[in-house]
Amino acid sequence: MNDQNPILTARQLSKHYSVSRGFMRGHFSVKALNNVSFELARGKTLAVVGESGCGKSTLARQLTLVEEPSAGHLTIDGIDIATAGAAALKTLRPKVQMVFQSPYASLNPRKQIGTMLAEPLLLNTPLDAKEREERVRAIMTTVGLRPEHYHRYPHMFSGGQRQRIAIARAMILNPQIVVADEPTSALDVSIQAQILNLFMDLQQEFNTAYVFVSHNLAVVEHVADDVMVMYFGSTVEYGPKDRIYSRPLHPYTRALMSATPAIRAEDRREKVKLIGELPSPLNPPSGCTFHTRCPFANDHCKQKVPELRSLDGRLIACHRVEEITP
Amino acid sequence: MSLLEIKNLSVEFGSQDNPFRAVQDVNLSINRGEIVGIVGESGSGKSVTMLALMGLIEAPGRVTADQLVFDGQDLMTMSPAAKRHLVGKDVAMIFQDALTSLNPAYTVGFQLMETLRLHMGLSKSEAQKRALELLELVEIPAAKSRLSAYPHQLSGGMSQRVMIAMAIACNPKLLIADEPTTALDVTVQAQIMDLLVSLQKSQDMALILITHDLAVIAEVAHRVAVMYAGEIVETSPVPEIFYRPHHPYTQALLASIPEHSKGAERLATLPGVVPGQYDRPIGCLLSPRCPYANEKCRNEHPKLTQTHGSFVRCFTPLDEAGRPIV
Repeated sequence: MNDQNPILTARQLSKHYSVSRGFMRGHFSVKALNNVSFELARGKTLAVVGESGCGKSTLARQLTLVEEPSAGHLTIDGIDIATAGAAALKTLRPKVQMVFQSPYASLNPRKQIGTMLAEPLLLNTPLDAKEREERVRAIMTTVGLRPEHYHRYPHMFSGGQRQRIAIARAMILNPQIVVADEPTSALDVSIQAQILNLFMDLQQEFNTAYVFVSHNLAVVEHVADDVMVMYFGSTVEYGPKDRIYSRPLHPYTRALMSATPAIRAEDRREKVKLIGELPSPLNPPSGCTFHTRCPFANDHCKQKVPELRSLDGRLIACHRVEEITP
Repeated sequence: MSLLEIKNLSVEFGSQDNPFRAVQDVNLSINRGEIVGIVGESGSGKSVTMLALMGLIEAPGRVTADQLVFDGQDLMTMSPAAKRHLVGKDVAMIFQDALTSLNPAYTVGFQLMETLRLHMGLSKSEAQKRALELLELVEIPAAKSRLSAYPHQLSGGMSQRVMIAMAIACNPKLLIADEPTTALDVTVQAQIMDLLVSLQKSQDMALILITHDLAVIAEVAHRVAVMYAGEIVETSPVPEIFYRPHHPYTQALLASIPEHSKGAERLATLPGVVPGQYDRPIGCLLSPRCPYANEKCRNEHPKLTQTHGSFVRCFTPLDEAGRPIV
């Protein structure tokens, strides 16, 4: 494998959940993720942006091999997970690690930090106890924890420190991909800055690729190389960060960006106001799923699903983008 | 005369011998029709200050103040019965998590009408009519059918709208909003903030907006109070505070926001964490983390003093260029 190949490739990835209609009334399927495709290069960051219910976390679960996709292909480090055997999958799993949103819920309160961090090594490496402790102490220093923290329990730490522990746990197996699901949204801004800096430092040092799931566009602008905006399980706009931030094209991206409050008046964008809220996944809208909230939707949008197409250096799914772009 | 005048408000928890001061000597005055933002990180005492004002601090918490005057009435000496008439009517509050603030066992209409009948003495049919008007005022679609809905049938944005409808039901003179949009998605946040500001204008209410999101405040507030470890460290008008912060903490808080470090590799951070009960510094509370701290800062506690149009609690407030004046 050379470094030019992407570490992670998703092709038409879909995940449908089956929901019961009630006793003897059969099932219907909720399309949580719909034909999502992207590539992630080694040491780069893809940010997945969208509001609750857009499929961000479903995507994260597919990427970390926690769930099996309903359709489509996922290739990690050159191995297609659909055709890989159990042994191949076992070698693959340590390469993809996850950092969760709330460090208050993601750490076992009954385990000491040292024990918790050694666990991945115990399961995945042949190291003995002494070597494991060395590795744990080394990673603790890397993420900015002090040696005396080794025997402490999670409740003795602040939110920022707990997130450092969660990051250390994800990094200890030296993964090639880290999926971070809203890793700073539970933290205060000054702590958020420390944690984002840590993410950037680790990426430089270990050349880790990140899939960074977030709804905070200011954070995304800071960390991402590529941005994928999702709405209702589908990609609506996907491309290099600079392209998307300098000129967002999809009405949803524009609405998201203009809804994000800005400190300086000169950073505020012209408001694109959305009507209402996300529709129910049990009763998805026809045509373009965004038409119920889009200020530019017409009859065509209500009937036909827009295909993802290439425009201005990015991919976009909108029928009317040429007409409505200012 | 200002609508609300708070002088030296303190809130203590814990035993008499070893109290923990969650809020210390807070001074704040709010004018009629003014929007004041209170910012600070978790644990800075912003919510506790407002709960104390509303009389919602329960024993063993102790509230002391030299003056707590709302609309010419002294809240410290007022009888509990008189206070019950005031709180919820002239001073109303909305909370961060609307879903847990609504009673799950009663319909939206019942909870709205309860407020109206208790405070305004309306009959059942009058209250029903007014409740419907209120739901329409907060732009809830199909308002009539929502009156008989239970909170679990509403989305996050919708239940926050119901909370707002309840809060403004009796035309309050002051509305306190404690992180009203933190649990919501950005596009919904924008809708709720628009609604709050338009109601504030049309009803001529004063609005206190508690948040950790500086950008939200930058867009709507007239004045900002920054809190750190239970104290107000700076009060300044908007937008000056965002361009020329006078307190080193305000400066650090602004610098740690990703949108302030556009193009930079690393975010500026303030080392360390907010002091707790056992590691409270003797001098200025920020001194262990402040890059400009000197001997005096470490030994003496600074008072809130006026510089230009601002009040700053610092021995060496920052000048126009963001450097300390020595």
